[in-house]
This record gives sequence, C-alpha cells and structure tokens, in this order.
Amino acid sequence: MADVTLQNVSKSFGATKAVDAIDMDIPDGSFTVLLGPTGVGKTTTLRLISGLEHPDAGDIHIAGRSVISETPAQRNVAMVFQQYSLYPHMTVRENLAFPLRSPILRTPEDEITRKVTEVAEVLRIPHKLDNKATALSGGEMQRVSIGRALVRNPEIFLMDEPLSSLDAKLRAELRVELKRIQESLGATLLYVTHDQIEAMTMATKIGVLDEGRLVQMGTPREIYENPVSLYVASRLGQPRINTLPADAFPGAPNGANTIGLRPEHIRQGEGQSARVDRVEHLGDQTRLHLRLNDHEIVSLTDTHTDLEPGDTIAIQPQNALYFDATGARIT
Amino acid sequence: MAEIRIQNLRKEFGDFTAVQSSSFKIEDGEFFMLLGPSGCGKTTTLRMIAGLELPTSGEIFIDGDEVGQKPARERDIAFVFQMFALYPHMNVRRNISYPLVSQGMPRAQVRQKVAEVARILGIEDILDRPVSGLSGGDRQRVALGRAIVREPKCFLMDEPLGALDAEFREHMSEELRKLHDRMGATTVYVTHDQLEAMQMGDKIVVMNHGVIEQFGTPLDIYDKPASMFVADFIGSPSMNFLKFHGAVAEGATGVELHHQTLTLPTQHEAFEGDLVYGVRPEHIRLSDDAPYRAEVLATEYLGTTQIVTLDTQNGQVKARVPSDQPARTGETVGLSFNGAMVTLFDNQTGRALKSDLNAGVLHG
Repeated sequence: MADVTLQNVSKSFGATKAVDAIDMDIPDGSFTVLLGPTGVGKTTTLRLISGLEHPDAGDIHIAGRSVISETPAQRNVAMVFQQYSLYPHMTVRENLAFPLRSPILRTPEDEITRKVTEVAEVLRIPHKLDNKATALSGGEMQRVSIGRALVRNPEIFLMDEPLSSLDAKLRAELRVELKRIQESLGATLLYVTHDQIEAMTMATKIGVLDEGRLVQMGTPREIYENPVSLYVASRLGQPRINTLPADAFPGAPNGANTIGLRPEHIRQGEGQSARVDRVEHLGDQTRLHLRLNDHEIVSLTDTHTDLEPGDTIAIQPQNALYFDATGARIT
Repeated sequence: MAEIRIQNLRKEFGDFTAVQSSSFKIEDGEFFMLLGPSGCGKTTTLRMIAGLELPTSGEIFIDGDEVGQKPARERDIAFVFQMFALYPHMNVRRNISYPLVSQGMPRAQVRQKVAEVARILGIEDILDRPVSGLSGGDRQRVALGRAIVREPKCFLMDEPLGALDAEFREHMSEELRKLHDRMGATTVYVTHDQLEAMQMGDKIVVMNHGVIEQFGTPLDIYDKPASMFVADFIGSPSMNFLKFHGAVAEGATGVELHHQTLTLPTQHEAFEGDLVYGVRPEHIRLSDDAPYRAEVLATEYLGTTQIVTLDTQNGQVKARVPSDQPARTGETVGLSFNGAMVTLFDNQTGRALKSDLNAGVLHG
C-alpha cells in the first residue's frame, strides 16, 4: 500500500472542466471518500489516478513516484466498479484467482491458492468458492468483485460507488464490512460516492467536490460540524440543513447573508414563533415541519411529541452557522 | 373523495395465492401506504382496487358501493405508475388535458383546469414544452398532473418515485405529501421503501407473502410491531433481536438473559421456550456500570448520532447513541435497555407477546 498525491490536476472534456486544479493527499492506509452529486468530477478523478484518463495538467504521485507517463497496469491500482462484472462461466475461486494468473504477474499456483483462501476468509465467502458466479446473490457477487481487487495487493484501491446497486439492508451490512476489511488490511482506499451516509460512516477523510474543484477535505466530523461553505454544509445531515435569510433571527454577525440551521441548532422554548405544518413520525426520530413567516424549516423533536399541525412553538438558533452572500462560512 | 373498504379480499394466479383474505379500511382523505418486499402482494392489492385485476373472492367498497367485479373505468380512480407513461409526441399541456378532452369537456373549461393543475404542481412555465426534453422530476409532475386534472375519487400510486435518484426522491415525496394535504384526496400508495412509508403515510399496511402482518399508524407499527417480520422490515438499522431460551409469567416485568435481569413492559401472557428480546437501536444506552456487557465491533458516525455495532452473549446488536459519546472498537462496555419500549417475540412463530406496551394495537 502507498500514499497517493495529486498536484494541480486538471482535465477537461471539450468545454466542460471535469476536474479543476485539484490538490489532494491520500495518506497510506487511509479511507478517503470523494463526495458530491452526479457530474461533479468524482469518477473522472478516480480514472485519472488509475490511468484510464490522462490529465491536461498537473502531476500524480503514487508511493512518491510520478505515474503520469505510466500505463494503468504499471500503476498497480485496483478498481471496483458499481456494476460487478464477474466471469459468469467461472466459479468464485476462478474469478478470484483470475487477476493473479495474468501473464505479467506469473504467480505460482500454491501462492494463488493461499491468496484466494485468505481473501475468501476476509470476505466471509469460503463456503461459496466452488459455486458458479451466477449462482450468487447480488451482495455476494459484489463481495467477489471486491475480492478480485483484494487478491492483487495493489498500491491503492479505487472504488466507484460499489454499493449503489444493492438494496438498503445489504448496503448497510457491506458498509461495515468494507470498513472492517480496509482497517484489517491497512489498505489505502479512495472511494467515490454521492451517498452521504456511506461517506460519513466509512471515511477517515472526506473530500467534498463542487464543479470539479475540491472545496473541503477533512474528517467526517470536521465536514459536518465545520463546513467552509453553504454548499459543503448541504452535503451532510438528514434532515438537511435549513437555510434562511440571516435577518430571520436577531443577532446575525456582520456580513451574514444566510443562516444555516441544522436540527440540533434549533432550540425550542423562546424566540420567534413558528407554526407546525406537519409532524413526521419516523420511529427513531420525529421531524417537525415548521413555518416561520414565509420560510419552511425542518427540525427534530421528542419521538413521542404531543405537537400537532396548527400548533405554534417558539424557536431560536443555537450555535448556528452563518454564511456570506457568496456562500462562504463566516462564523 | 372516497372511503375504501377491503373485505376478505383474495387473489389467486393458478396455484399461487398472491393475496390471502385481506381486510382493512382506508378513511376518506387518508394517505395510505401498502408496504412490503417485492412479491408480497401489495401491487396486486392496488390493482384490484383499481379494477385492473379482478379478485378471486372478497369485496371492495368505494364509498359504500361494492365495485369488486366492476371494470376500472366505472370506479372513478386515477392510477400513477412507477414508469410515467406520457404521450411523447404531445407537449405538456396536451398530455395533461388529454383525459378531459377525451371526456368531451368544453375547451374553455379544459384550459382553466389545466392552468389550475399546472399552478398546483409548479409547472406553468413548461406547459408548451414537448415532454421529450423534460427532466425525470418534471415528467413525473406531468404524469401527476394528468391524474389530478380528472379530480377522481382517489389516487392509486404504484411506486411513483421508484425510478428517481435518492436526493430528488426525498424532494418529490415531500412535494407529493404537500399536494395531498392541499387536495385532501384519498391516496393509496404502494412502496417497498419503509422510510418513504413512515414519512408520507397516515396509515400503513405491512404485507408479507400475501398476508397482512400489521395495519396501523407509522408510529404504532414502529413502536409496537406485531411480528418479527414487521420489526425487522421497519426501521434502519432494524430492531435488534436478542435470542434466548427461557420463560415469562403473566404480569412479569423482567426476563433473565445471560444471568442478567432485563426489564420489560408488564407482560399479558405467559410463555416458555425460544424467546426474542426485541429492542430498537435508540433504546440501547452505553453505560459503564450496566452489568450486561458487550464488545464494540464498529462505530458509524452519522452527524448528530452514531451507530455502534456490539457483540453480546445473545448475538450482534446495534445501538444508536449521541455522536459525542466515546465508543472505541475493541472496548468492552455495559448496555442498558429502555425496558418500557421492548417487545418479546415467540421465536418459532415470530409473533409478538402481548404486554402493556402493545395490548392496544394487537388484535386477535
């Protein structure tokens, strides 16, 4: 495993700047997640590191050496895609062994057996090794395709939304599992997703992308509690952060244009009066849809609240986030 | 608007029973969810209400009239499908006005109606655009417009948001719910997404293998599940099941698990055998002095809260605790349970045992 650095890397497709002067450091053994909506440059960044795309400008280092002029094979990276592509006519064992049988690697047969057994243990599929790939469930197939990356011992794992085609329950299971595997192997992993839950629960560092630029990099907690901009603040948190004009409440700092209120920033009891539009019982949490003058606010309240639509409550901000007219954070 | 009553409704396809003798009632103006995994019979139930399938036996009453064997066009309902089928060669206005024009409504009236619907859906500015160039969300709005414009007695929706991506789906589900609150039309909505059902529904029917597992308000179903299937299907992460062999007496307020007494709501029935102590993640607290011990396997940060996966003597459990509470992988901690919100299940049948907590919502 190795650390990977990007220096001032840019890539355009025609008039579209897909990746715009990105500087990024992926330390050895880290689980770095690139987060952003569709079309923001996440996958292009991954493809630039793997060598599937060539940058227009900038440099990429893997383990200290510039890889700009190397082929994908020479870079020794392993990619896992959203759509698992296994060889359907092969067994799980043959699928896992396939990358090791590459003529470049010329791995001895007993070494292959050892590796495949080891990876099958890590993925908890040793009893499935002799099944045909097509006889597996969706979750098992994705595990095998992750396993095919694991057997190779690459410098870095590059994963492009590998869980997004799975159902919610399975996704939750594999999130925990992938994190466990990464930690136990000490692997360096770059993971691309638009799913904030995946980013928050697995990442050691999250990089937030906006129109090809890396706008903030930090631990999930830093990104959530200390976003540099309104854009970053809106990436994390469910229900998502409420945004109101800064003068909706007294006490906004100078230059503030927008106040950002996460549910935990809203204190009930005193302040401005807001009408309850709707009470949403989600079981583990209860959401209040409030109307303050013309603004809609979603907040959280006691699970078994007596509040009903039409009620009025008083609310005020507490440790709220303030942003200027450009969306940059001021306090 | 309409009240819909389903009585002993049953549907067989050859040897396969898709829906087994279902009964429930949808009140006038309710947003009603049919929830379950694929193949549970929810879509078949909806299609029988619509008149797209005829029941094998049983009755369907819309506003007191038995319509079970009547064709769809005599039922005055509007159906919105997952894949929004619009007429590709027509513009938005003509797509929405089509149902009215084919009813022979005068032009001026059609214009007025379409304008009103467009205003409700916020699509006034795209009325003269061809539908082929629209985004997924706008197409779904147009499909809704075509359903709304007829002012039917009720709306039937089959996973109308299923084809949209997650962020947009949340936005559309809020929009749909607001639309419903404005119009007050009875809506029956099929989904396999438990969060969508909890978020939008006034009432939920949970189905599995053609059988109704439970019927009630979202919070009742979440807090007082009638079966292990419901407890597992609703909630994310789902309810924890601590399995053990033991006995409870009528009137018991505690049960012994791995030499520790854990509290319960007062039990209304005695039971002995394989039991399950069912507790939601947010009703587990980590506390140093609690005698029931567990090892932290993983933590997942979620902003305000975190999910902690723990290994106990009775299997793995997940706890939802505040994110500022320290929990380190490998550490051994004590667990305390909010006994008042616990459900005991018979592990063999999956049935919830009656207690002070759930006696009000469990029937039969």
